[in-house]
Amino acid sequence: MYENVSVRVASALATVGRIGQFLADVGRGLREVGSWAGLAAVQMRRIGVQSLPLALIIAAFTGIVLSMQAAYSLAGATPVYFVGTLVEKTVLMELAPVLTGLALAGRVGANIAAELGTMRVTEQVDALETLAYNPYSYLVVPRVLAASIMFPVVVAIAMGMAIFAAWVTAVTQIDLSTNDFVKGLRIFYKFKDLWYGLVKALSFGMAVGLIGCAKGLATKGGAEGVGRNTTDAVVIGAAMILVLDAFWAVVLL
Amino acid sequence: MISFRDVYKSFGPKRVLEGFSLEIREGETMVLIGGSGTGKSVVLKHIVGLLEPDQGQVEVDGEIVHALDRKALMALRSKIGFVFQFAALFDSMTVRENIALGLKRQGLPRREIDMRVEESLALVDLDGTEERYPAELSGGMRKRVGIARAIALKPSYILYDEPTTGLDPVTSAVINDLMVRTREKLGVTGLVVTHDMKSAYTVGDRIAMLHRGAIRQVATVEQIRRTHDPIVRQFIEGRPDSGLDAQQMASGAPR
Repeated sequence: MYENVSVRVASALATVGRIGQFLADVGRGLREVGSWAGLAAVQMRRIGVQSLPLALIIAAFTGIVLSMQAAYSLAGATPVYFVGTLVEKTVLMELAPVLTGLALAGRVGANIAAELGTMRVTEQVDALETLAYNPYSYLVVPRVLAASIMFPVVVAIAMGMAIFAAWVTAVTQIDLSTNDFVKGLRIFYKFKDLWYGLVKALSFGMAVGLIGCAKGLATKGGAEGVGRNTTDAVVIGAAMILVLDAFWAVVLL
Repeated sequence: MISFRDVYKSFGPKRVLEGFSLEIREGETMVLIGGSGTGKSVVLKHIVGLLEPDQGQVEVDGEIVHALDRKALMALRSKIGFVFQFAALFDSMTVRENIALGLKRQGLPRREIDMRVEESLALVDLDGTEERYPAELSGGMRKRVGIARAIALKPSYILYDEPTTGLDPVTSAVINDLMVRTREKLGVTGLVVTHDMKSAYTVGDRIAMLHRGAIRQVATVEQIRRTHDPIVRQFIEGRPDSGLDAQQMASGAPR
């Protein structure tokens, strides 16, 4: 039994060591600005374009459902304009960042892990190194930066879409006037609602980018390895989003 | 000159190199032969610092590779062309971009890069393929682009990892001819890892056999052809003799 425990402790310490080494390598890669500057812009376009349709669909349906559920839950208990308040708080602070983040953990995280994993098993990463490139500055830094920057952008657009969909639903389905809806939106609005959601989105983007890259570069064993590490990247990325969500709630609220 | 001095390397319980020593002289083409899974590619990866020895040292031009800092290692790598087993071309880039990537890293001006891309493609008889993607090329063409990418750097050394594996005999002969031409035109020192004896005899000045993690024999092509060493003979003649050595050679099993 003691042997089992010591093996597990050693394995956990090795994992922590590998994570530390990976983050240190990314930090060193960050210094080679010339290698990643142009590529980060390409990745930003790719991640933004790739993510937007999915984020907009999720946001639209979230807005519709939220508006209807708010009207149902608050009926008779509070003034009807509180529908706008509930929509504003939940969309900005929780639903837009977390639902978009979870969807993008699948879309972007899987894409990064599969791409780098395939490059690893086909020796393209080794080839890059033999051509005197640092794979951390050439492959990892652009993707992590792009995900960190584009997640908040996509989440901000998703916030707008969710509120728009909630407003259309409120006006057409629950007979709430535009004035009342806007009044509800503004009455308890704080700037913190917005930046809190965007800070979370940034941290989700960074986590998804780092996990996708780490899992991709650690891929071994051909197509099966690419599949396994891609799945791991999505699962760990999604779990990390929930952990970070709780972390920011404790730290910032 | 490249030299391995008593190098040991293991991957988990699998001991791959055990006291491996070899010298590749300036201007020669050394061929390293050995069964599949015996660690031939591991030898190549030590030269460019993709792997570090557990023990012993690898020197290139008198510098110990694993002791170099990042900047010096990058400088060393820019002197070495590496041709990968399956070419390892970047899927998302055209042939031109694949070849130009290493040249951009060297900070060459655009015109010089374009000229080198054209020259190296002409050397491998692939003129006109600049704008094609790797997926649009045959296996043999991909290997030739891999060679063009390596020679475009005007390296002092070229390392070939199984250059003819998986190719038909005619394409293999084309690749062999290309390796000979490259050495004649550019005067580079080469290390070719292969288990294709026809290729070894065609391109090599000397042949070394890797067996059980160390060099079993190193000699000129003619000496190897006439060798009396039973293990080397068995390998070069491709005889499936019974015995543990042959089985291990075939399976690449750890000892």
